[in-house]
Amino acid sequence: MHYNDHSAAPGDLPAVAAYGLGVERGAHTLLRNVSFTIPRGSIVGLLGPSGCGKTTLLRSVVGVQEATHGHVQVLGHPAGSPRLRTRVGYVTQAPSVYGDLTVLENLRYFSAALGLRGWRREDAVVRVVKEVALTSYADKMVCRLSGGQYSRVSLAVALLNRPDLLVMDEPTVGLDPMVRRELWQVFQRLAAEGATLLVSSHVMDEADRCDWLLLMRAGRLLAGADRQSLLRHTGCTDVEEAFMHLVRSAAAAEERARQRAAEPFLPPLLARPGEPEGARTPLPADVLS
Amino acid sequence: MSHGRRRAGRLPFSPTITGATAVRVLQQISRDRGSTALLLGIPCMLMVLLKLMFHDAEDAFERVGPQVFGIFPVIVMYLVASVSTLRERTTGTAERLLTMPVQRLDIVLGYSLAFSFLALLQAVLSTLLAVGPLGLDIKGPPYLLMIIAMFGALLGLALGLLVSAFARNEFQAVQFLPAGVLPQFLVCGLFVPRDEMQGVLSAVAKVMPMTYAVQAATEAATHTGVTGIFVRDALLVLGCVILVLVASAATLER
Repeated sequence: MHYNDHSAAPGDLPAVAAYGLGVERGAHTLLRNVSFTIPRGSIVGLLGPSGCGKTTLLRSVVGVQEATHGHVQVLGHPAGSPRLRTRVGYVTQAPSVYGDLTVLENLRYFSAALGLRGWRREDAVVRVVKEVALTSYADKMVCRLSGGQYSRVSLAVALLNRPDLLVMDEPTVGLDPMVRRELWQVFQRLAAEGATLLVSSHVMDEADRCDWLLLMRAGRLLAGADRQSLLRHTGCTDVEEAFMHLVRSAAAAEERARQRAAEPFLPPLLARPGEPEGARTPLPADVLS
Repeated sequence: MSHGRRRAGRLPFSPTITGATAVRVLQQISRDRGSTALLLGIPCMLMVLLKLMFHDAEDAFERVGPQVFGIFPVIVMYLVASVSTLRERTTGTAERLLTMPVQRLDIVLGYSLAFSFLALLQAVLSTLLAVGPLGLDIKGPPYLLMIIAMFGALLGLALGLLVSAFARNEFQAVQFLPAGVLPQFLVCGLFVPRDEMQGVLSAVAKVMPMTYAVQAATEAATHTGVTGIFVRDALLVLGCVILVLVASAATLER
């Protein structure tokens, strides 16, 4: 598989490597001790229920969210470093493009923001419009497009500079199955061309299209594996079931850990009823012997 | 890489990106015909209103007419700028731009450039209307009023940019107008001369930028040629604009 090919190549820096990443905002812990690596050229699905910290993790990878613990390396540089700004594409959950401009105007502006000029700019704009199949809507105002087309404009912006790493936050949420399939075809082509894709989703059936899965719950990483070994390991038939299995065993492990953590405090508590007994034995004798 | 080289340069902004941002902001505003008409028309409409209000008091019109050149553009531009930059922050486009090789000053200067252009149009229109059909009689050359109107508009823009960092939504941004701009409007010397105000208030008025815009406009109206006070006041307003712009650039975070 894709994943194995790439992990085998020595000296090939991973697309993303997170080491003990933790993010706290005020009293809330959004991410706790998250570590993983993503090899180049793979499609990685970040799965988990809404509110489990997927967006925070993606923002940390892109470098717009500062880590309170640990760190994230992206393509061999610390996340958010200036060198990465033209190499990482980020598609936010809500499409972040200008609704009151046309598709082309949006793309021209963002390509200028990426530092593309002259024919390179026009070239890039034409290419991405074709890639996301919006050619016949190029001169339309973005706010007049349908939801799916709107998010494809946002995706197109991220493709302008042929990023090495494309980070996408629920790019297919709320889209009809046809559009979803088309988008996944685009993703697969990009990965085949060597780009690395990190895609979050709370729809578990999208796992089938990913080379590697990261399962998250409540700010923790439950598992990182390819689909086959995940299913084999958990003995389940689909990813959703496997996820539930992992959640249950994680909860059980937490419970055990809590009990174990409480143990050192137990002996003194249990010893207390025996104290009078100990007091009865003459202390000096003990000390002297 | 070319980006690497450019980032390594001395400039804290890139002229191409700043220019592209200005063009993009103007494109957005020109699409919204209603806003453009309001932006350019409101100061003119208010001038006409003022003229009719002081129909039988020509002296009062001669006094107040120039002063409002330091006031109306601030308010009008403040509203447009705060809402449009707030929209940029809340839709995530600002964050997206900052993940690209865009620097904070590119965004702030791009907006400033675009709104300066609109401010210039607004200032020319309202000055021509005032000294032409409305017959506002000023001693100094009319272009001084245009300069003040433009600086006032820039002040409004800068305040709007800054406020958009603290407002969570459009309602709050608009609420900041009575909180931050109207007090300046009240103590700037339009209603009561500043030296007749209560001590603390006249001291407060001395640190409000709008006071100097109004004073400069009065100066232009009552003296022929450019006076030292006019230059000083205009520079003070411009200094405030730069200060507030830098502060608002600092509020844009990655």
